[in-house]
Amino acid sequence: MTELRRYHAAVWDEPLVMELSREGRRGLVFPAAEPEVEQRVGDPRSLVPASVRRAEPPALPELSEPDVLRHYLHLSQETLGMMGISLFGTCTMKYNPRLGEALTARPELAELHPDQDEETLQGVLELVHGLDRILCSLSGMDRFVFQAGGGAHAAYTFACVARAWLGEHGELGKRDEVITTIQAHPCNAATAAAAGFKVVTLMLGDDGYPPVEALRAAVSDRTAALMVNNPDDMGIYNPHIDEWVEIIHDAGGLCFYDHANFNGVMGKVRARDLGFDACMYMLHKTFGAPKGGGGPAVGAFGCTRELEPYLPAPVVVQRGDRFVLDHDRPRSVGKVREFWGNVPQVVKAYAWSRAMGADGIHEASDLSVLANNYMERRLLEIPGIERSNPQVDAPRLEMTRYGFGKLQQETGIGVVDVANRLADFGIDGPWLSHEPWLVPEPITPEAGEMWSKEDLDYWVDALAEVVREAYEEPELVRTAPHNQVVHKLADRSVDDPEIWATTWRAYLRKHRSAATA
Amino acid sequence: MSATPHPYMANSVAEIKQEMLDAIGSESIDELFAQIPARHRLRGPLELPPALVAEVELSRHLRDALARNETCEENLSFLGAGCWQHHVPAVCDEVVRRSEFVTPVWGTPASDYGRNQVWFEFCSQLGELLELDFVGLPVYSWGCAAGHAIRMASRLTGRQRVLVPRTLGPERLAVIRTFCEPTATTSHIEVALVDYDSATGFLDLDDLDTKLDGDVAAVYVETPTYLGQIEAGIAEAFDLAHEHGAEAIAGVDPISLGILSAPGAYGADIAVGSVQPLGVHMSCGGGVGGFIASRDEERYAREYPTLNLSLTDTIFPGERGYTIALFQQTSYGSREEGNDWTGNSTYLWSIAAAAYMSLLGPQGFYELGELIVQRSHYAASLLDELDGVRVLWPQGFFKEFVVTFERASVADVNRSLRGHGIFGGKDLSGAFPELGQSALYCVTEVHTAADVERLARAVAEVLA
Repeated sequence: MTELRRYHAAVWDEPLVMELSREGRRGLVFPAAEPEVEQRVGDPRSLVPASVRRAEPPALPELSEPDVLRHYLHLSQETLGMMGISLFGTCTMKYNPRLGEALTARPELAELHPDQDEETLQGVLELVHGLDRILCSLSGMDRFVFQAGGGAHAAYTFACVARAWLGEHGELGKRDEVITTIQAHPCNAATAAAAGFKVVTLMLGDDGYPPVEALRAAVSDRTAALMVNNPDDMGIYNPHIDEWVEIIHDAGGLCFYDHANFNGVMGKVRARDLGFDACMYMLHKTFGAPKGGGGPAVGAFGCTRELEPYLPAPVVVQRGDRFVLDHDRPRSVGKVREFWGNVPQVVKAYAWSRAMGADGIHEASDLSVLANNYMERRLLEIPGIERSNPQVDAPRLEMTRYGFGKLQQETGIGVVDVANRLADFGIDGPWLSHEPWLVPEPITPEAGEMWSKEDLDYWVDALAEVVREAYEEPELVRTAPHNQVVHKLADRSVDDPEIWATTWRAYLRKHRSAATA
Repeated sequence: MSATPHPYMANSVAEIKQEMLDAIGSESIDELFAQIPARHRLRGPLELPPALVAEVELSRHLRDALARNETCEENLSFLGAGCWQHHVPAVCDEVVRRSEFVTPVWGTPASDYGRNQVWFEFCSQLGELLELDFVGLPVYSWGCAAGHAIRMASRLTGRQRVLVPRTLGPERLAVIRTFCEPTATTSHIEVALVDYDSATGFLDLDDLDTKLDGDVAAVYVETPTYLGQIEAGIAEAFDLAHEHGAEAIAGVDPISLGILSAPGAYGADIAVGSVQPLGVHMSCGGGVGGFIASRDEERYAREYPTLNLSLTDTIFPGERGYTIALFQQTSYGSREEGNDWTGNSTYLWSIAAAAYMSLLGPQGFYELGELIVQRSHYAASLLDELDGVRVLWPQGFFKEFVVTFERASVADVNRSLRGHGIFGGKDLSGAFPELGQSALYCVTEVHTAADVERLARAVAEVLA
């Protein structure tokens, strides 16, 4: 066992920026308009009618420039994330090459406007097109677009494409059901519903995925599409997925592969080879672009030639040796977001893909599956932890879901307590599970290809230590964290209009006495 | 397997892989893929362009490509239309590029504390600008925020029609139409356009009154409008909406709120807008982000599709913490029963925006608003004097205004301006054919009087 670090988070006891304000201080000033401007247009107040002029200045804080900087640097230091070890399953915590950050910060990208003439955007269009080609190779699809601002948004894009396809076939409104599974990411069900479909959810069978018969029973002339992940968040791969696709196609529907869990099968399986009509990759997970704490993200959406006319516009295409933004797409769904995507993230993903190459991508999926199985071997030696679907004994792919139900029964310590205590060792909270929690007290670490064997050992050793504490000194875990920025949250729901406060002004109104205490 | 260990992958050393295989008692990594049937496996090589593992080579390759772009820094650009060139303070760049903020996903309330505090400060400062007490964490864009807000209003009222201004830009309108669904779905929301007064660019309140009835879920009004005008009748439009039981949704550019009235002051129930002007680079459109805010009333709060971060307490007396309020109503909590959907968004930009709002403070927003309105009017005034050029509405705008070319096409003008190192305004002739050959020009604090004079000279020259 490795020696656990004597970690302690930075504690700045940092006030809110509003509390740091001192009247009159300035963090940024702007020049007065030039005399010729003033002379020609006159008093600025005359340019804005009194009826629409702001009456009271906004109650924003007043700070000097260095004080703003130091405040936000303190807050950055009070954020653990990937400064420690984060094995946040389903999100594939991997290295975000800083080359991508450095290059996309250059004006050659940062100071581009999406409505510039194509002739002035040839470089960025070439890179976007380059990633399209790379993703087509990895998936077997014919075209990718990057307008969707996240994985869920790409699922929504599929639902919109399906609407347009059904509309052209005169079946929109008739085929109104989307089939998914209880283990598929909730965004599939949610975006299908937001696009106007009814959702049919298949439950799991003994093998860890829904039986083929359940799908056969669910399809009908109302089936519009299938939206599904594979492997799921348990690390279980549905070996009948090609048969599923046939069943949906025979019923007249489309098939969408939510490739959120692509990391373990990169270079191993391709959505198109399995019969899928469309798929989605998250560039901020699988392709090395950073997560930003929740975006800017990209759900790269790819599809077959048959669905290509419905893609949101514009689409970057190559014509001879030029790259153009094709807006002339009369059958397009229109737009799911303004402009053509989180372009810096696309460039970072392109850079990552080139840095990896085919061999590197194969190696990454190899290593992520190897690392997961290595961790699993060690984790199952820890008391109180059990593998989900224990009857599925084949090796899992890039992640495995475990349950701490036994630990909880025996010690009263659940996964939330465990996560809080792990943070005391410099390990950020692991992913637990999406709703519903089919496995009691679920925990889903994902090793990925970045973390070293030493990191993985440290993670397992820290968890083993927390479990030991849970059995021997449970109060230590129940009251954790102890070495963090702040203590654990009070056990109090904020889902009450008298209590919740999403802004300081709301907090002052509702809890003024606490604020001034 | 690659012979040379890859710099991004610590375990890509042959000996380490063997140690790990030995530990699990496997002969090969391939055995670990036993779940995948052979018929599913990719046969044949993965065809990708050659690897550029050496950073020196990859960097060169990418820089060579990027060098083929022409930027709004080396050219003089007047493009706006939903993605605007504003000054990004260096402190915003420093803060938003911190690894701690760039790379994480989601941890525990204690280990995410610093980041959560920034998010709360983003919502709090935006709430001050908007004079609204409930602010959700950001969404993908202004258009997506408007789409979600319209769906909120439809759920709140049980009605399926929304009135939006005909001045709405094509990008946002297309996004709103997507969110409102095609006519064949039962949850379709009809999008009806309200005319504008061609003399002023303002919303035609008579047309609004005619179109308002008990079936209208919401009236959506923007100020400044896409075409730049500060909407004079917004308070009256919202009064009319409320008289008919419709929700009033305002779309605003937050950078204008140092000098323009706040949505909370003129009766907006919900406000949406863009985060990008607040310290985020354009990045070819990759800088956009949106927000949704409202009065802090339960009926609105319960319809948010966003994650909503609330200040709360820890177990330690007097210590603050942050938690997600109303999680159960999101798709994470309730799948298809949740409000629309929730996912990754543009949260990193809220960090840039938080720093931006702290830097400017009330006086900074005021100075900035005045400077923009003066410089943009200066530009409009100079252009309006040119032969063959007319500024459609020479007064009443904020930073964008419509320029009409009487004897040339916008495409030709813009092509010629590029020869002068100038990116002309966004061509409106496709989306607004009634405006003839018109372009939307954007002038902000980055444009000096000399820049504007250079533009006027160049336009005169290309039209001569």
